Amino acid sequence: MTEIFGVPTQALMGQLMIGLVNGSFYAMLSLGLAVIFGMLNVVNFAHGAFYMMGAFFSWMLLNYFGVNYWWSLLLAPLGVAIVGIIIEKTMLRWLYQLDHLYGLLLTFGLALIIEGIFRDQYGVSGQPYDLPELFKGAFDLGFMMLPKYRAWVIVACLSICFATWFVIERTRLGSYLRAGTENPKLVQAFGINVPLMVTLTYAFGVGLAGLAGVLAAPVYQVNPLMGSNIVIVVFAVVVIGGMGSILGAIVTGLALGLIEGLTKVFYPEASATVVFIIMAIVLLIRPAGLFGREK
Amino acid sequence: MMKRKLLSTLVTAALICSAGTATIAAAQQGKASDDVVKIGVLTDMSGVYADYGGPGAVMAARMAIEDFGGKMFGKNIELVNADHQNKADVAKNITQQWFDRDKVDATFENLNSAVAIAVQGLGKEKNKITVVTGAASSKLTNEECSPNTGIHYLMDTVALGNVVGKAIVKDGGDSWFFLTADYAFGQSLEKDTGDVVKAAGGKVLGSVKHPLSTSDFSSFLLQAQASKAKIVGLANAGLDTVNSIKAASEFGLTKNQNLAALLMLITDVHAVGLNTAQGLYLTEGWYWDMNSETRAWAKRYEERMKKKPNSNHASVYSSVLHYLNAVKAAGTDDTAAVLKKMKDTPINDMFAKGGKIREDGRMVHDMYLFQVKKPSESKAPWDYYTLKGTVKGEDAFQPLALSRCAALKK
Repeated sequence: MTEIFGVPTQALMGQLMIGLVNGSFYAMLSLGLAVIFGMLNVVNFAHGAFYMMGAFFSWMLLNYFGVNYWWSLLLAPLGVAIVGIIIEKTMLRWLYQLDHLYGLLLTFGLALIIEGIFRDQYGVSGQPYDLPELFKGAFDLGFMMLPKYRAWVIVACLSICFATWFVIERTRLGSYLRAGTENPKLVQAFGINVPLMVTLTYAFGVGLAGLAGVLAAPVYQVNPLMGSNIVIVVFAVVVIGGMGSILGAIVTGLALGLIEGLTKVFYPEASATVVFIIMAIVLLIRPAGLFGREK
Repeated sequence: MMKRKLLSTLVTAALICSAGTATIAAAQQGKASDDVVKIGVLTDMSGVYADYGGPGAVMAARMAIEDFGGKMFGKNIELVNADHQNKADVAKNITQQWFDRDKVDATFENLNSAVAIAVQGLGKEKNKITVVTGAASSKLTNEECSPNTGIHYLMDTVALGNVVGKAIVKDGGDSWFFLTADYAFGQSLEKDTGDVVKAAGGKVLGSVKHPLSTSDFSSFLLQAQASKAKIVGLANAGLDTVNSIKAASEFGLTKNQNLAALLMLITDVHAVGLNTAQGLYLTEGWYWDMNSETRAWAKRYEERMKKKPNSNHASVYSSVLHYLNAVKAAGTDDTAAVLKKMKDTPINDMFAKGGKIREDGRMVHDMYLFQVKKPSESKAPWDYYTLKGTVKGEDAFQPLALSRCAALKK
């Protein structure tokens, strides 16, 4: 068997595959963050809480109402988006004119509250969410067993990321959005309802987080801490990619998943830190991030 | 977290007020150093181990105080609790404040081995009793031992390895690979279990260390899979064990290899679900459905906490009650006198029968080997275990002769 740096190629390929799965989650979450930051100028620290909420909603839908996985793929993110709309309408909108710090503090506080409520109700060990029947089992790729569900996660995340990028960068609706953030007054003068657009953008961003939560539910334990575990890494991803850069968020998310996977092979103890080391290096060399533009 | 702290402060304040105004009816013999017996429960209230200890442990301590009668030498017994966030330095600060300023007489629970080692060290320095239940590192009664202040009550990594390790090697599982939580507890567990496996004629093929509270274990499991070991030993606990088991079943590891959860409590089994956890072997010091006494206590606990207790919760109850009885018998809360009483008196309650605290601080009691039931065998919620064997305390725990505790070798 061939080896690379003393690690069998097979093991390496397996790790890269898993890195890709994790990277997909990172990409989807950081995409939502990037969209929200780009359009609203809000650093949405509650993103992890919305991700957790998505997972919990799908668990609740299944256990209290018997709604299956496929419907919760639609309904849970919708529920999360509605919560997002309420928060944007009642709280966030007052902060757009202020420093980023205020939005960050508000959303951070919200994240703590939301997490606290779920923790109080469900404890920290979490709830199991069984795999949908269709995805039980694994593909034998020769070098590893790839669980069908993980393959689905990669496909789903990548398509959603691509669709979002396409809508924002290549369609008329996307151009309104981008214009609205550059100069809201002017866009409003053309008869476009900018506040509504902003609300929907926030709803869409957190809905994406909710959807990632539904996708994650069968893979991880549905537990109140799942958001705070991942949100810090996701922030690092956004910082590395460049705040507000959509393409940057997607590419960096995937790349960091891969790098993390490799670290787990060569020096597993550092796997929790490697992302931040990269972040520090990127900030030193390119403070605006890899894909960000200096303003 | 803040809310809970605020709440506990309020509760404590209320307790202090009520203690101040209470009139003492009968003259009582005996005296506590500062008039009041005050115990602290230090645990993880909100992190990965919050279901393992957490609010349930505080409730168990409260139940023990209530069952004792609530009063010692005519004064209300006080209970304080704090969240150490699984950080040894935070734990040390809180404990220091408890001992120095708040006049706490003894601390209980102290889960997380890094925390337990720090707290026990502080107890040694300040001459205060520290009872560890949730943490499992065998270092607590060996390298880090404190025979004059520290008690290790529930299980330790030697016992865990002894019971499950021996049973599995005997069953033919003679090659092992460890998935280890990268801190004091995981390292102890890996070493102690590895020693048992080797002593029983098995081999340890390797191990991989993961950071505490990892959400995705798939890549570590791939390494375990590549090792071709027959048994993958999970030298971790709580949510980490839960996530490892989920990932293992997803990646088909369980087809050719078997998992051994070295420290898994019923709350973890509940979280994984029987579908995934069925067939697992595990060691526990207590199970709610063992006899009428355990069931009765578990029922009372469940009425308050809305879920069944695990062995850690039961041992917090038992240790607090044992401590209070010892203070009463000694007629003082003086550390040396109380500790002597605790060691002289055998423990006979719903948690342990004939339990005994040894001179190194190790509480020796029977340990049990359980297998997780199939979903079809489970008749009610929380009906999860089949008893596979009882291991006598002397056989489960490390014999005193092998102790590496320097303070005992005078």
